[in-house]
Amino acid sequence: MGEPAIEFRDVSLRYRLAAERGIVTLKEWVIRRLTTGMSYQELVALSRVSFAIQPGRALGIVGHNGAGKSTLLRIAGGILAPTEGEAIVRGRIAPIIELGLGFEGELSGRENIFFNGALLGRSRLEMQRRFDEIVDFSELGDFIEQPIRTYSTGMVARLAFAIATTVDAHILLLDEVMSVGDEHFRRKCQARIDSFRRAGVTIVVVSHDLAAVEALCDDGIWLEHGYIREGGLARDVVPAYRASMEQANADPGVGGTVRPAAP
Amino acid sequence: MSTADLPVLRNAAIEPLNPIRDIRDLAQYWNLIANLVQRDLTVRYKRSVFGFLWTMLNPLLLMIILTVVFSTMFRFEGIEHYPTYFLSEYLVFGFFAQTTVQSMTSLSWHGSLMKRVRVPKSIFAVSTTLSGLANLCLAYVPLFLIMIATGSPIRWTVLFLPVAFLIIAAFALGVSLLLSALAIYFEDVSHMYQVATIGLMYMTPIIYPISIVPYKWLWLIRINPLTHLFKLARDPVYLGTLPGLHVVGASVASAAIALVVGWVVFHRLARGFYLHL
Repeated sequence: MGEPAIEFRDVSLRYRLAAERGIVTLKEWVIRRLTTGMSYQELVALSRVSFAIQPGRALGIVGHNGAGKSTLLRIAGGILAPTEGEAIVRGRIAPIIELGLGFEGELSGRENIFFNGALLGRSRLEMQRRFDEIVDFSELGDFIEQPIRTYSTGMVARLAFAIATTVDAHILLLDEVMSVGDEHFRRKCQARIDSFRRAGVTIVVVSHDLAAVEALCDDGIWLEHGYIREGGLARDVVPAYRASMEQANADPGVGGTVRPAAP
Repeated sequence: MSTADLPVLRNAAIEPLNPIRDIRDLAQYWNLIANLVQRDLTVRYKRSVFGFLWTMLNPLLLMIILTVVFSTMFRFEGIEHYPTYFLSEYLVFGFFAQTTVQSMTSLSWHGSLMKRVRVPKSIFAVSTTLSGLANLCLAYVPLFLIMIATGSPIRWTVLFLPVAFLIIAAFALGVSLLLSALAIYFEDVSHMYQVATIGLMYMTPIIYPISIVPYKWLWLIRINPLTHLFKLARDPVYLGTLPGLHVVGASVASAAIALVVGWVVFHRLARGFYLHL
C-alpha cells in the first residue's frame, strides 16, 4: 500500500475566545498590552486528532453539532490552519465545503461557472473544456445565460454541485451536500459520488444522515468535543454512534453528550 | 493511481517562511487573479458608456481647479508648466493611496469566501495592485494630452515610466499586504490610514516644490520613501531626465523593505484570519 491520501498527525485546533474577540481596535490592544495584559479563555475545536485514509476509500465523519466535524474538513481542505500538528493531503482537492459559494447574483450562470472555476484554482481552458458537461449536469438549459439571482434554490444547488464535481480530482470533501435539493437532485448527486468512488477518488463526508454515511463510506470517525471517540470501519463506528445517541435521547439526564450547537 | 506526482498540501501548525512556495501558489491561481482584475475594471468602466472618459476627465477637472488655485491664489515661484509638475506625481500618489486602501477593503470583503475555499490570501492585494496599475496607465493619457495642450515638452525619457511603475507598484504591494493583514485584526486601522494618506500627501512634495520647505522640516521630506519613489515618475515626465542613481537606489531599497516586511507580517497574521473574518 502506498502513502495515505489524507493523513492527520496529532492535529489540534485551539483558539482563544472571549479576550481576543473582545479586542477589535488597535487602540484597545495597545492599552491592554500596556496595562493588565491579556486573559484568554481557550476553546478546543479539535484535540490531537490522528488518522490516515488510503487512496480510494471513503471516510464518513459523524458526531454532534460542535464536535469538530466541519473544522476537521476545513483543515483537510487547507482553509484553516491547525494550531498543533499537521495534516497532509496528497492529490488535487475538489472542495464542496458549501454549495453556492462565491456566486454573484448579477452575473449569468455562464460567467459564474468561470469565476467559480477560478476560485477553485482551475484554468480557463479547463473550464471551457468542461463547460458543456457542467451545464448538462445542472439541467439549466438556456437559463445559463440569465443572472443567477433569477434562479431557484434548487437550480443554484445543481449548478454549484456540477461545478465542484466536474473536475479531475483525487480527493472530494463533502459537507452536508446530500441533504440539499429534491429527490431527483439527490439521486443525481448520489450517482456522481458513486462514479467518483469507482474512479478511485478518496472521499470525506460530513453528514447527519447516518444511513447515507453507512451506505457510502468504508471508514468512519466519531468525533466528540474535538476528540476521536471512535474510529474504524464505518459499519462499526456509525452504529455505535447511533446507539449512544438513542440512549442519550431516551435518558437525557444521564447521557449528557448533547451540547448546544456551536456558532 | 501513482502517488508520486500528486500535489501535496501540507497544512501544519508551524509554517516556515518560504517565498518560492508562496509565489508558486499565486502562479497556480493566475486565472483567479485575472478574473479579479477583470471584475475590478469592468465594475469601474462598464457602469456607463462614459466610464473610460470619466477616469480621464477626473484628472482633467482636478487639474483645472488646481491650476486656478495655484497660479492665481497661491503661487509657487519658479515652477514652469505647473500642471505637468503636479500631475506627474499626483497620478502615482493616487495609485498608491487607492491601491493600499482598496487592498484592505478587498481582503475583508472576501472574508466569507476565504472561510469556505482555500485561496492564497495574498491574492487580493496582488489583484488590487494590478488593477491599480491598469488604471494608472490609462490616467497617463489625459496627462499627455494636457502636456501637449500646455506646450510642456514630452521627451524620450518617458520610456522609463514602466520601470518607475514597477518599483512603485512593488512598494504599494508591500504596504498593502501589511495594512490589509492588520486591518483584519483591528478595525480602526483602515480609519486611521485614511487620515494618514492625507498627511502623507502633504509630507511629499506633490503640490509644492521642495524648495519652499523650511530647513528644519526638510529631513521629514527626505526620510519619506514616497518622496523618492514618486520622483521616479516625475523626473522623466517633467524634467525630461532619468532619475538620479541615488533616487533609484533609495526607491528600490524602500520597495524591497516594504515587500519583505509586508510579506512576513502577512504570512504570520494570515494564519489567524479565520477567527477574525
